[in-house]
Amino acid sequence: MVQLVLTILIYLIIVIPVGRYLYHIAAGKHTFADPVFDRMDGVIYKIGGINPKKGMNWKQYVLALIGTNAVMIGIGYLILRIQSISFFNPNGIEGMEPTLSFNTIISFMTNTNLQHYSGESGLSYLSQMLVIIFMMFVSAASGYAACVAFIRGLVGRTKDNVGNFFVDLVRITTRILLPFSIVGGLLLVWQGVPQNFNENVAVKTLEGTYQVIAMGPIAALEIIKHLGTNGGGFLGANSSTPLENPTILSNLIELYSMMLLPGACVITFGKMVGDSRKEHLAKLAPDNALPEHRESITAKIYGREGRSIFLAMGILFLVGLSLCCWAESQGNPLLAQIGLDQSMGSMEGKEVRFGIAQSALFTTVTTSFTTGTVNNIHDTLTPLGGMVPLLHMMLNVVFGGKGVGLMNMILYAILAVFICGLMVGRTPEYLGKKIEGREMKLTALCIIIHPFLILVFSALAVATQAGQAGITNPGFHGLSQVLYEYASSAANNGSGFEGLADNTYFWNMTTGLAMFFGRYLSIVIQLAIVGSLMKKNYVSESAGTLQTNTVSFAVILVFVVYIFAALTFFPALALGPIAEHLTIWG
Amino acid sequence: MNDTNKQTAVHWIRQSVVVTLILLLLCGFVFPVVLSGLSAVMFPSQAKGSLVTADGEAVGAANVGQDFTEPYFMKCRPSACQYNTYYEDEEGSQFYNDGSEFAGLASGNNNYAPSNPALTERVEADIEEFLAANPGVSREDIPADLMTASGSGLDPHVSPESAQIQIPALAEASGLSEEELSQIVADNTTGKLLGVFGEETVNVLGVNLDIAKAMGLVSQTTK
Repeated sequence: MVQLVLTILIYLIIVIPVGRYLYHIAAGKHTFADPVFDRMDGVIYKIGGINPKKGMNWKQYVLALIGTNAVMIGIGYLILRIQSISFFNPNGIEGMEPTLSFNTIISFMTNTNLQHYSGESGLSYLSQMLVIIFMMFVSAASGYAACVAFIRGLVGRTKDNVGNFFVDLVRITTRILLPFSIVGGLLLVWQGVPQNFNENVAVKTLEGTYQVIAMGPIAALEIIKHLGTNGGGFLGANSSTPLENPTILSNLIELYSMMLLPGACVITFGKMVGDSRKEHLAKLAPDNALPEHRESITAKIYGREGRSIFLAMGILFLVGLSLCCWAESQGNPLLAQIGLDQSMGSMEGKEVRFGIAQSALFTTVTTSFTTGTVNNIHDTLTPLGGMVPLLHMMLNVVFGGKGVGLMNMILYAILAVFICGLMVGRTPEYLGKKIEGREMKLTALCIIIHPFLILVFSALAVATQAGQAGITNPGFHGLSQVLYEYASSAANNGSGFEGLADNTYFWNMTTGLAMFFGRYLSIVIQLAIVGSLMKKNYVSESAGTLQTNTVSFAVILVFVVYIFAALTFFPALALGPIAEHLTIWG
Repeated sequence: MNDTNKQTAVHWIRQSVVVTLILLLLCGFVFPVVLSGLSAVMFPSQAKGSLVTADGEAVGAANVGQDFTEPYFMKCRPSACQYNTYYEDEEGSQFYNDGSEFAGLASGNNNYAPSNPALTERVEADIEEFLAANPGVSREDIPADLMTASGSGLDPHVSPESAQIQIPALAEASGLSEEELSQIVADNTTGKLLGVFGEETVNVLGVNLDIAKAMGLVSQTTK
């Protein structure tokens, strides 16, 4: 317990400077490292013919994002298909099959990192670098770019300029992801994560048998996997392997690398909204000025609006973590029945060095921050312990990876404002803009896509022979496996109930589609919403305006999220994890 | 499409392609190569996989468990991939220690759900085997980690309780005293980080290297 509290406290402290730094990058403000990076970026802009001063409207921004992603998909697919060439391929890995290549490339471009291959036998070092590591950087950068554009739109300094996609992509990669990766990567090597280009080593053991040990550029992939909230491992068993995650310290480094940037996004949001509010107030005549006590809080670290969003996410996170940790520490009653002491908790699928507490924390974090990396095997979690990661992917708003969680949460905030507005009979407003028919329709559409993808594809899988063939655990857990796979795909998480035999034509194609729509439809609609909000004029606050920067709004937000989730997902959860729980404890 | 539109389209495609190629080079190639270079200079042993040696030959990796069969060596936790440990027959075919065919480098777990009867069966079989090899131990005293498989199938550790419970049988087979073995276990135990984070662990390969040294099977080891 103590270690969980401490781990989270340390997070709350270190997220502040990172949030400040991200805010400076996003808002184009001066930072200490500018002299170096300005030159580097300048060269890239020059070669690419990019005019960094030229802004884009939301449609152009989306087009640039999707177009660039399409180019990346094309190049990546080609490399996967020809990876058998003997360049950076000491272990002689073969080329990848087409539907698996399709699934893999969509998976990594959409920042999902669902893996239907096993890294040890499926990828050459060249593919690990030029496809996997490369995509881990740019898919994360694309996500953050979309988030930054979304915030700019919400803040609404201009009527149509949300920034330049290419500039955002480059700045986020060179100023945040690359430098953080070098430092974090070295820390991981220090802890014992291999980083070389040698072929796998076969040693002769003390008993005269042999053991083969994996090698490769593991640390390089490992750090960006977490920093970019990607999650796809170098090895099949991901961060549970002592090669990817050898010590408790490496575990903490990986944990913080995936938590920092999504948290920092919320701070960036708070600060940018705060800035614009100050400007707006300054423009107003003195007799219109708001009461003083409101302005005095703006200096707060998280920004006023950011604070309530952060609080709501924090509450959801802690509820999930407590349930998961409690369920795992209860152990498995079926093993207790055959006489195996369960006071240690449910250790199947967990590493001794992490134990129950750090495993439960990692599980909750990886699905809340939509990373998808695992330090224990989720398929083996107790039913309720496994329901937490499933639920957090279904919600997809608890911090969320690469800025997407923030964008989703803002949609729920709009929904909450709308519901509260209906109760008191006023036109709802958020951040000084009226929420009207067009925004509400788009919000509803965006919120419904996610459960639609999960539930429809799950229904398809359990209704067809091809889908059922993948299920490997009997009983209610089989349904959990299916739900998990699609929740993970649609939320662009990428973790799996690994038992699912998913490298088949059916699973490769359906999860590929779920990942694709889950990612791009959301981004397009979210940017369309801010595009529409930007065009509106500020409305002045009045006594009837719902305050969105308070604790009570955070609580309302939490309830809106839970009510929506209960209405949508409860029947499916009741048939999967809850039924399994009742069976084994019954 | 008129000429200006065409020009704009070409300009956009150029930006997309050039940015992609530059980032491909920077993130996909320069970054891993630079990191390898720095690691090789700053942490040469870890970068190469933290291999441990006995009499100058590599016998394993500090961070990877192994499948041990000799009665005088401490056992790791069960593993679905049997720690990628195998032997070769005369024809060069490769087999796991239990005689099944070696499937190649892997990692992972059986992925049995808690409710899966296969899990209970596997644990029951392992308990029977352990009780047979460790007479005097009662079923209720076996720590849970020793009878359950790790997530990676490569877990190099067992809990201190799981190490302790193997000592009487190890003493019998190795001829070392229980005190000596307890000391070896203590030497290979790592506490919690700052006394708070993580769990106490015993490195099994480390223990077995020390046992081999104490028994005179090898003369020099590095860990």
